[in-house]
Amino acid sequence: MSAAPRNSSLIAGALLTGLFVAVALIAPYWTPFDPRALSIAGKLLPPSAHHWFGTDQLGRDVLSMIMAGARTSVGVAALSVLIGLLGVPLGLLAAAHSGGIDELVTRGNDLVFAFPALLLAILLTSVLGPGAITAIIAIGIFNIPVFARVTRAGALQLWTRDYASAARVAGKGRWRISREHILPNLAGLLIVQGTIQFSLGVIAEAGLSYVGLSAQPPTPSWGRMLNEAQTLTALAPSLALFPGFAILLFVMGLNLLGEGLRRRTERPE
Amino acid sequence: MTAQLLQIEGLGVAIGATRIVKNLSLEVRAGEILGLAGASGSGKSMTALAIMQLLPQAAVITGTVRLRGATLSRSEDEMLEVRGRDLGMVFQEPMTALNPLMRIGDQVAETLRLHRAMSASEARHAAREALDLVGLTGEQGALDRFPYELSGGQRQRVAIAMAVVMAPPLLIADEPTTALDVIAQAQVLSVLRELVRTRNMGLVLITHDLAVLKQLADRVAIMHLGEIVEQGLTAEVLLRPRQPYTAALVAAASISPKGAARPSNAAAVLQVCGITREYPRKRRSLWHAAAPLRAVDDVSLCIHAGETVGLVGESGAGKSSLLRVILALERAQSGQVRLLGEDFSAAKGADRYRLRRAIQAVFQDPYGSFDPRWTVERLIGEPFFLLGTPPSPLERRRRVAAALEQVGLSAADARRLPREFSGGERQRIAIARALITEPAVIAFDEALSALDVLLREQVLKLLAELAQRLNVAYLFVSHDLHVVRALAERVYVMQNGRIVEEGSTETLFGSPRHAYTQALVAATLKLQVK
Repeated sequence: MSAAPRNSSLIAGALLTGLFVAVALIAPYWTPFDPRALSIAGKLLPPSAHHWFGTDQLGRDVLSMIMAGARTSVGVAALSVLIGLLGVPLGLLAAAHSGGIDELVTRGNDLVFAFPALLLAILLTSVLGPGAITAIIAIGIFNIPVFARVTRAGALQLWTRDYASAARVAGKGRWRISREHILPNLAGLLIVQGTIQFSLGVIAEAGLSYVGLSAQPPTPSWGRMLNEAQTLTALAPSLALFPGFAILLFVMGLNLLGEGLRRRTERPE
Repeated sequence: MTAQLLQIEGLGVAIGATRIVKNLSLEVRAGEILGLAGASGSGKSMTALAIMQLLPQAAVITGTVRLRGATLSRSEDEMLEVRGRDLGMVFQEPMTALNPLMRIGDQVAETLRLHRAMSASEARHAAREALDLVGLTGEQGALDRFPYELSGGQRQRVAIAMAVVMAPPLLIADEPTTALDVIAQAQVLSVLRELVRTRNMGLVLITHDLAVLKQLADRVAIMHLGEIVEQGLTAEVLLRPRQPYTAALVAAASISPKGAARPSNAAAVLQVCGITREYPRKRRSLWHAAAPLRAVDDVSLCIHAGETVGLVGESGAGKSSLLRVILALERAQSGQVRLLGEDFSAAKGADRYRLRRAIQAVFQDPYGSFDPRWTVERLIGEPFFLLGTPPSPLERRRRVAAALEQVGLSAADARRLPREFSGGERQRIAIARALITEPAVIAFDEALSALDVLLREQVLKLLAELAQRLNVAYLFVSHDLHVVRALAERVYVMQNGRIVEEGSTETLFGSPRHAYTQALVAATLKLQVK
């Protein structure tokens, strides 16, 4: 057989995603300038050798803000995916026990899906106050039923395999088989879903911070940078361009990575 | 003189450096059935796909294929015309050959409307005729039915109707009956024979089952490792094979029936008493619950120590449901399963584990039976979970190695992954897994259906030998009466959830009493090689 075809979306996606995650990891320790340092004298400078991406209306270095914003974006999306993973045991449970528990989990999923995410975020803001934590919880809660559904669907299929029956003939209980046989064989599927939820999380965080429901100033975030740049489009059009492209490229990278991983896991043994 | 319909000269198929079909030459006349036989992997299906030019892009085809004297072009555009009109094809798997979202009438009419300008009502009329031709008349073959409403045999007949609706001069059928039970198989084979006779059509029938060829084919060609090793008139090749490979195939296919049952005064190890298993059906409306589907209806049976018992019946008879109840994978609505004289269905805690050790199972699909991520050692050792005190790692390794050697594999195989083994080897691993707790009964759920004749014979020999050596009882669930006849001492026949007849293999096959058993046996006996 010839060599496996090159998975170019996997490579491109991994490179783009890796770049943004690396920037997010570096940002707390090093940025070209302090992203919070104001300089009225140096406001709205165009991109130059000194300030690669220029400065904003308060004289802050845009490149440094993008870097610090990456940290907010990656942090919120990653933590909300972690919260979403709570759906995995729920899905396993639902698949292992048909009947009452399955019905409960499935209907519970439907209930959460019926709520608009923005409404929940506003509700949480009035309780917890706006901030990154609120955004993480709001996005995370909506990730739970997604993971529960994907896990349940995948697990139901694996339960029909003879090896699940064989494990039961070997005396193993449903929960033990879920852990030993079902979950490991779902890993690929869950990693792909995790990547997709990560990219949706980046968009959701940008949206929430655009309307002021996520990280509060002075913590930089891409959504708020877009919002602030909006009023200055006539004066400094490049100001909206950089956070916009950052969101676009990061989400594209994650989607390519998800697509590449999906193709990789789907390839027969 | 009948004209040559299909002429293949020096056909070769290669993918990369692997040559799958080598220098193959064949001829088929109109009104003739040519059987193409061989073990799995011998290149039979590749030959069929090469004729249809449906091979994957990476495949390189050499040689010429002539249909009614005209060489088939290599251009995809021209082949689009030829496929369906001049060449029909039927595939093995009736479950996936049809589009699940399309009504069967539309699927049959689709071929017509692709090739001829024809109104919808004309196409429907032609589809009706084609379905009548394959015996799907009246309610059964209503044009607006969906594939899921049909049985496997009926779907395969729809697939045949699709292939012959344009009246192609040549039909290629690739293992058309392998996935079907004996009765459905007999129906499909008679439909094929009838088509060849009435339409003077040529048929290339590809199968690993020599019994099918014996019944149907005028001439056979035996394939081995991509080459035709022998071809000639069916009776001559099967009765007086000239090549040792053909002789081995024929010997493997003609399994001799098991001798008379031993007088059984041994203790009963498995007793099934009055099992009824129902599945809920979809509610008809909010107020009317549908009557549940009774898959197993008040079934009782009994297996003695060291005895081999067969349970036969066509697909959907309730065999698998009964087996799942016996293995305590599903709960029955009523009845009791007794193992070693104790109530297994109601056992709890340590008793349940202890009794479970006495019954193990080998499942149908050698590919789905193993977690692809586990090593063979871990897989075979999984039932050790049932022991109160699990063996030490060293002891565990020793016992897994012993089990592997018992089924004819080597101790070194323990470290490998299931994907590194062939289908036959995997069924041996499954048997090793079933043996590891030294059970009193092993249940086999269609465990040999996925193997070709040569492998099947090897595994049958192994099972017979193990039964004698270990005094383990087998419950052999299958729709394949050949296998049951070769192995079982006693047979239960199941139909629509009930046991309709029970008896020693000899009497049951010799003088079946129940009408259903008679039909099953008749369908099977026709299919004997010798």
